[in-house]
Amino acid sequence: MTETNPGPSRLRPTLLPHQRAKILPTAVLLIGAVYCLIPVAWIVVASTKSRAELFSTFTFSPGSGLLDNLHDLFAYEDGRYGQWALNSLLYAGLGSLLCTLISTVAGYAFSRYEFPGRTVLFYTILGGVLLPGMLLAIPQYIIMTKVHMVGSYWSVLLPGLISPFAIYLARVYADASVPLSTIESARIDGASEYRIFGTIALPMMLPGMVTIFMLQFVGNWNNFLLPYIMLSDESKFPINLGLYTLLSKGSGEPALYGIAIIGTAVSVIPLIALLLFLQRFWRLDMISGGLKG
Amino acid sequence: MSGNSPPRVPSSGRGISKFLAPYVFLTPALVLFAAFLAIPVLYALYLSVHGLRIVDEGVFGLRKEVFVGFANYADLLADGSFWAGFGRMALYGLLAVPLTLGLALLFALLLDHGGSRARRFSRAALFIPYAVPGVIASLLWGFMYLPSTSPFSYLTDKMGLGTIPFLDGNGIYPSLANIAIWGGTGFNMIIIYTSLRGIPPELYDAARIDGCSEWRLAWRIKVPLVAPALVLTGLFSLIGTLQVYGEPKMLSPMTIEISQTWVPVMHIYRDGFVRDDLPMAAAGSVIIAVGTLLLSVGLLRVTQRRTFGGFQ
Repeated sequence: MTETNPGPSRLRPTLLPHQRAKILPTAVLLIGAVYCLIPVAWIVVASTKSRAELFSTFTFSPGSGLLDNLHDLFAYEDGRYGQWALNSLLYAGLGSLLCTLISTVAGYAFSRYEFPGRTVLFYTILGGVLLPGMLLAIPQYIIMTKVHMVGSYWSVLLPGLISPFAIYLARVYADASVPLSTIESARIDGASEYRIFGTIALPMMLPGMVTIFMLQFVGNWNNFLLPYIMLSDESKFPINLGLYTLLSKGSGEPALYGIAIIGTAVSVIPLIALLLFLQRFWRLDMISGGLKG
Repeated sequence: MSGNSPPRVPSSGRGISKFLAPYVFLTPALVLFAAFLAIPVLYALYLSVHGLRIVDEGVFGLRKEVFVGFANYADLLADGSFWAGFGRMALYGLLAVPLTLGLALLFALLLDHGGSRARRFSRAALFIPYAVPGVIASLLWGFMYLPSTSPFSYLTDKMGLGTIPFLDGNGIYPSLANIAIWGGTGFNMIIIYTSLRGIPPELYDAARIDGCSEWRLAWRIKVPLVAPALVLTGLFSLIGTLQVYGEPKMLSPMTIEISQTWVPVMHIYRDGFVRDDLPMAAAGSVIIAVGTLLLSVGLLRVTQRRTFGGFQ
């Protein structure tokens, strides 16, 4: 704030209108916060209820069945839920890590090099953001069937490694964070192109990579269509798909509702914790285009 | 941008390595792009003009893949249930997209407004739904809607008003839109908010000296300046709406309202994986892709912004 304006125009609104100006925005923000928290709070409370309590007691009063529910969840079909959780970690964690590396290298190349075909290649890749998941999933399914990979971990992991949007973000971030002059002086000092990337550019791009990783992680964790089409063996399902099958069976078997509820709660809480923890490292300004070098 | 141009190092080996380096860096991305985006798109286009037809007139009619021209497209465009899916999707989108963006903008402006309290808490709380996957969010809200588990219906029932028909009849539209609004507002809010933080505060001072109210300041200065962020979030919301699939799919075991062909992508899934007619499904997804392209170009034209521009 500049202190050019200490006069009465600054002091005037400190009276009554100023107080009113605080209450309304704060109230609206808090209503929004409550709206966002209610379903999460409900699932946490519901997961503590025994089956009988779930359909009888007041919905927001905690129950007594948390430990039993947890036991039921992890005992369901010999620990199937734990398997789903590990699968989700594999698809989302490993997949996003590799995708982030691939996108960072590509974004750096688009950003810091002039080379024939740069513009055409970049816009061709960027055009990929407009492609509907379904348009890709059908041929991907046929191709995976032909190479006998359908139903395997690879069939879900591999298509997730390429993300046009992640490459776009990596380019934006490299534009802003890796100065051309630094690269040039490293060249004069005799460093190879690969060494420059590995030891100079990569550390500079790290905050951007955290953001890309988180966006990819949430995106891959979210992905429902691709595993739904590719996988038929329940032991390879991610949590998403596992809970969906549980629910589909649950419509005939209310006992499974309880497992679906505790399963949802257990899957949501670590993700929220991770997101809140990583929030401070986020550079989402690179999406909105307001990135400053 | 650093605009210095240091002297060239006259070394031929260095020159070749500098020439090759970007291609080496791009190799993994290009290989994956070809394998999982470019080739599948071409294959989908190829498939969409083919069909399984009985070619052998014997006792066991043999189904073979033959060229059928635009027959799949013609069949789909003549299919009332496909169009009905678009209608339902449009109704859902008309509720979800403007409300998501409107609320995201409102909350972003309030977070940016110096007078608001509890900003850190609200920001974190509003962002939490982003961590909840769409299908899980549908499951969460599904339980909030189901008469037997809904806390809202519990209250209205105790008051003698009966349960709320979240999943019956037309109630399904606001119920589904609510899931999208809940899941999308926080993320869009953060994008708009970071964009707002990028505006130099000196811009506001002059307006404040002239006696501009906070409301006018928001409408006349802040909103126009974050327009590119709004266009971008609008574009992603539109693309997301055209592809809506997981949310209605997840709610479908809980309600009889959601048929197998409720939205276009569900229709395509039914064609491809229930009826085993992958060429028809490919044609359907090409129609969605063309729709996405037209809507995106239309939106960018109307708003006259080059959101993805800025690179030569």
